[in-house]
Amino acid sequence: MWAIAVKEFNQLRRDRRMLAMLIAIPLLLLVVFGYAASFDVSSVPTVVVGPRADVVSTHLPALFDVRRTDSGQNRDDAVEALRDGGETAAVVTAADGSVRVLVDGTDLFAARAVSAGGNAAHLSVEVLFNPSLTTSVIMVPGLIGIVLVFVGTLATALGVVRERQAGTLEQLAVMPFRAWQVFLGKVVPYFLVAALDTAIVVTAGITLFGVPFTGEVGTFALGVLLFLFVTLGIGVLISTVSQNQGQAMQLAMMTLLPQVLLSGLLFPITSMAAGVRWISYVLPLTYFIQVSRGVLVKATPIGALWFPLVMLAVLGVAVFGLSVLRFRRDLAPKALR
Amino acid sequence: MSWGTVGLTVRYGRRTALSDVSVRVDPGAVTCVVGGDGAGKTTLMRAMVGATPITHGVVLRPAAAEIGYLSAGTGVYPDLTVRENIEFAARAYRARGRDQQRLLARTGLSAVDDRLGAELSGGMRQKLGVVLAMLHRPRLLVLDEPTTGVDPASRADIARLIAAAAADGAAVVYTTSYLDEAERAGEVLVLDGGTALAAGLPATIVAAADGQVWNRPDRPARGLAWRRPDGWRVWSDSGPVAGACPVRPDLQDAVIVAALRHRGEAA
Repeated sequence: MWAIAVKEFNQLRRDRRMLAMLIAIPLLLLVVFGYAASFDVSSVPTVVVGPRADVVSTHLPALFDVRRTDSGQNRDDAVEALRDGGETAAVVTAADGSVRVLVDGTDLFAARAVSAGGNAAHLSVEVLFNPSLTTSVIMVPGLIGIVLVFVGTLATALGVVRERQAGTLEQLAVMPFRAWQVFLGKVVPYFLVAALDTAIVVTAGITLFGVPFTGEVGTFALGVLLFLFVTLGIGVLISTVSQNQGQAMQLAMMTLLPQVLLSGLLFPITSMAAGVRWISYVLPLTYFIQVSRGVLVKATPIGALWFPLVMLAVLGVAVFGLSVLRFRRDLAPKALR
Repeated sequence: MSWGTVGLTVRYGRRTALSDVSVRVDPGAVTCVVGGDGAGKTTLMRAMVGATPITHGVVLRPAAAEIGYLSAGTGVYPDLTVRENIEFAARAYRARGRDQQRLLARTGLSAVDDRLGAELSGGMRQKLGVVLAMLHRPRLLVLDEPTTGVDPASRADIARLIAAAAADGAAVVYTTSYLDEAERAGEVLVLDGGTALAAGLPATIVAAADGQVWNRPDRPARGLAWRRPDGWRVWSDSGPVAGACPVRPDLQDAVIVAALRHRGEAA
């Protein structure tokens, strides 16, 4: 028995990725569930509009974090602010003294908190975009991102590593292909599969779960394209540092887990501790979810989604560029001379 | 035009895998690289096709489209059928429609062309690897251990394929652990520990071996000795060996003498 245990420790000691995962995953889970996993919403970014905006803003419950007041704006401006994702709640005041609270129904937990807080303060609350606060309406757009991460990262990484394991990557390296041709040849099939998966998930979301598709298809397609750019790049990057499919799977899971937990898919980013929240802002899924929920549920125009789209493009260029360089080094040792 | 290497050195970090190795591979001829484990045979093949970076020296090779290469891992896709493997190689080299059926028939692979690479026996997989490498009639055919772990009948098939490629004008270089194969090659390079010990026609290498090889029924207490089917060979450069009779060395004896003497000098 001891002989096996000692052998196991020796193998484990040399498998640095496994060792890192055994230490990193518990730490990650501890951090996430300690600091990030919170459904409690104590503060909701709010804009107050209408002729009595200044007066009303000073009497709102503490839940409403008033970021802006504008007595010159009306309900339409408030709806636009929520659609564009600038604020989560809008308080619309009228000259006759009536006050109406609008809240973004795609931010499920904030909307529930505002509904409860508003009712307690005898305010009239209207939930926009997802009036019945249906979970699937906001989960399906996020799940599209998970599917894309799964196909883009995991399947791509495994596909490239399979070549290395089978010894055929070397064969490809000496065939009359340029490195970019091999790279694209490996990536394009997964891109097409991921695009098909996206179409299936969106169609199923609309037909089975009643998820609306209110925005521009082109904007959504752009978001998918940029997000795939990142996930495929991560997949190839993982393949260049993995010797076998087991290692690739481990690394892919290590990139998938933080994205599921910290991207705002499950827990509101605004409820996360500041020390953890920054991680959300370097995860591509965070930005894809903003695009996906915005386009599908809120009909957010492309102009209001420039930031997440640009962030996806920046992450894509960085990750894809790095993966191309590493892949090229693997594939074209001649170039090192 | 001849291909090959001139003064080739390959280092991996501090380890020298090949040191100042030169080999010439002529069109229409077969060059065989022999040597024990870790001799540098695979590194030489990889360097010749550009699959590993070189430290010093020159590699003379045609364009990638005119090279055929069988890696130590055969290069056969385990999850593609024989036909799909062939089609992929043919597309990659733009050689569709050429000799595919003839090569498959010659190697007995026609009957299993819908079988997955993973389902082939070791010998069949190796033969398929050779077929894939020569499908496009390359000017330089580089084969790494094409006959290792292959039964005698398949070895004969592969030998015929290699001879046919050379007859077709290709410059063929391949590594092997079987010295009887090397005896039939036009040119032989003997490697040991990354160093070229001898090069030339098999008969020239045998003739160039200095000293005398002796045969005796049991192992001597001292000296360089190795086992052969008919007894123990002993090498001596200082006269007769007690209880032994002189024998005419063959290529295997010459290669073993060269390797043992090289290691003795290195130690």
